[in-house]
Amino acid sequence: MTMQDETTVSAVISILVENESGVLARVIGLFSGRGYNIESLTVAPVEQSRHQSRINIVTSGTPQVIEQIKAQVGRLVPVYRVANLTQVGPHVAREMALVKVVSSGEARTEALRIAEAFRARAVDTTATSFVFELTGATEKLDSFIDLMRPLGLAEVSRTGVAAIIRGPRTI
Amino acid sequence: MNATPNLNDLKPNTRDHGADIVLSGAEVLLRVLVEQGVDVIFGYPGGAVLPIYDALFKQNAVRHILVRHEQAAVHAAEAYARSTGKVGVVLVTSGPGATNAVTGLVDALMDSIPVVCFTGQVGVPLIGTDAFQEADTTGITRQATKHNYLVRKPADLARVAHEAFHIARSGRPGPVVVDLPKNISVGPAPYAPASRAPHPSYRPRTEPEREAVVRAVAAMKRARRPLFYTGGGIINAGPQASEALGRLVRKTGFPCTSTLMGLGAYPTTDRHFLGMLGMHGTYEANLATHGCDVLVALGARFDDRVTGRLDAFSPDSFKIHADIEPSQINKIVQVDVPIVGDAGRVIEMMLEEWDRQDGAPDPAALGQWWQQIDAWRGIRSLHFDQDRTPSAIIRPQHAVRRLYELAMETGRDTFVSTEVGQHQMWAAQHFQFDRPNRWLTSGGLGTMGYGLPAAVGAQVAHPDALVIDIAGEASTLMNIQELGTIAQYRLPVKLFILNNQYMGMVRQWQELLHGSRYSESYSAALPDFIRLAESFHAKGMRATCVGELDDVIRAMLAEPGAVVADICVAQDENCYPMIPSGAAHNQMLLGPEQEGEVKVSAEGRMLV
Repeated sequence: MTMQDETTVSAVISILVENESGVLARVIGLFSGRGYNIESLTVAPVEQSRHQSRINIVTSGTPQVIEQIKAQVGRLVPVYRVANLTQVGPHVAREMALVKVVSSGEARTEALRIAEAFRARAVDTTATSFVFELTGATEKLDSFIDLMRPLGLAEVSRTGVAAIIRGPRTI
Repeated sequence: MNATPNLNDLKPNTRDHGADIVLSGAEVLLRVLVEQGVDVIFGYPGGAVLPIYDALFKQNAVRHILVRHEQAAVHAAEAYARSTGKVGVVLVTSGPGATNAVTGLVDALMDSIPVVCFTGQVGVPLIGTDAFQEADTTGITRQATKHNYLVRKPADLARVAHEAFHIARSGRPGPVVVDLPKNISVGPAPYAPASRAPHPSYRPRTEPEREAVVRAVAAMKRARRPLFYTGGGIINAGPQASEALGRLVRKTGFPCTSTLMGLGAYPTTDRHFLGMLGMHGTYEANLATHGCDVLVALGARFDDRVTGRLDAFSPDSFKIHADIEPSQINKIVQVDVPIVGDAGRVIEMMLEEWDRQDGAPDPAALGQWWQQIDAWRGIRSLHFDQDRTPSAIIRPQHAVRRLYELAMETGRDTFVSTEVGQHQMWAAQHFQFDRPNRWLTSGGLGTMGYGLPAAVGAQVAHPDALVIDIAGEASTLMNIQELGTIAQYRLPVKLFILNNQYMGMVRQWQELLHGSRYSESYSAALPDFIRLAESFHAKGMRATCVGELDDVIRAMLAEPGAVVADICVAQDENCYPMIPSGAAHNQMLLGPEQEGEVKVSAEGRMLV
């Protein structure tokens, strides 16, 4: 009997679906019904003319579970294609965050300085607050938010990951 | 004639191909049913489906069977599908009509039965307003179906209805719900014939990869202790798949075991057949599964009732797994050769490859393997002692055996449905099935109350056949109202109740795991089944001792109408052999004398 690998890995699953009502509920219901994790999720139409949407889900589990997720999602009738980008190979995974920092004096200057280092843009500025817009890998956003915490971090809004394979290949 | 066209006028013809003939939505639906070859539907009317019932009233092409509860409509449609190979069709109203059908839908989902269920819905403008008899049917049934639809536009109706049939019957079959708002069935809608174009996103694979089959057959040729493990997928692949399985088993000379759902795919009376495997499978089937060196799983899914303790499941075997559904492969058990495809096609390709590839399994090794299997058979794990004194208490296994033997004497085509519990396992162990599609049982979901409506569905599909529901007194009371349906359509169904006055399987587990504290498992205040039968215009019979059993069975089989036979059996009988939960295949209990020895592990107690 083949030994099962029990180590948990993270994976980015990209799903191309028919853009019809209830399709997101189908995918999410499958994850919750079968006890799979969803760490983040993005969904938006990508082919207006062909009514297709793309769902990107960051999940984690043993390699066997990740394989099951792919197969189970593939069963859904409105799913065109499903790919585990982590398995396919090099890919770009990015998300965007809007980060509100409320502070003054030294902390305010320091927040602005760190934002510059991270190439975050101040998209809204008042005398007591900034809203920074930041795009990048999940870890980069995490560390920016960590650095803002002592500097008056008030609110965060994140998009979840959008991902795509590097090079000419497509899913 | 009235102004509404009757269905003969509605039959699709080539001249209007593609042309939009405007009918009401209800008429469009009926026309789709006719085009899909539907001759009978099971249903129950209500406000939201009145326009469809009105259209039904005005035609003769589609017969409607009025059940007494919507759950029963789905079970009847499942049995109709299982016994004919066609899609079963259900029509129920919105709200409670739809929610009552949910158990049947999940049952069909778990056992891969093709069913299309049309549910009424409040009109589109009322959706989301908590209208009378409104329920979010597509939301509720999303995880209960293979796919579901809400028809929001009249223009979608015909396409969606056709597509529902395609999805229900193709790939791994399953239930599909089509939710029809009342304004869609009342208003005008265009008809369109079924599209020949492939579905844009749904394309199940049925043709296996040759390379995988080549590897599988190479392993089978090297096998010294091989075993076929067959499941319901072979039944779903059609009678020709069962026929091909017969040729494959004879050609290879390998032993064959089957899951509960697969019974009948290979003749259970043949010497190559080892009996069912799993929790209540035979000693030889389970020991062979444990000891084999090549395991060939065909249309089976390694259910927990089959595998027992996973880390001890068939530990030394090279595993080949053929299934039409890629998600079933490596789901529970990691396999060496996965094959995705229709079971019938896989078997045919295996037969071709067996002839093409050189060599054959070592005959001496195969002979030794059969010797070993015959030694296990010598244990006679299904054996029981029945005291033949006329006044002796009837053992339930004896009742099933005699029912089988006397039913065979009639020479009639026989269909057996069951409820869920001990009687179901005794029926699986002691009734024999030499042909597919004759065994109707709720395997995956284990739905008590399945058997009587299933018998309705099978009898409607096969009016001249002998249809028997082998039941327990507790299960059958869950859908006993279907005696009304049986009476209305004069269905000669035989309800054969093994009455032990307990929820027997619950009681058996309470003995095994909970110190024989029979918490709520006694069937108190039972009805008098004879008078119950009579009040539903059926014949009631009772056997209370061995001396009466054969006469009652003979009388039941001779009776031209419906019968309820109350067979009073030993109350304390338990179902053996048994693999206790959390145990391995080679740790079977053969009888109650071993019960004291069993120590169910802490993990085992957590399992169902």
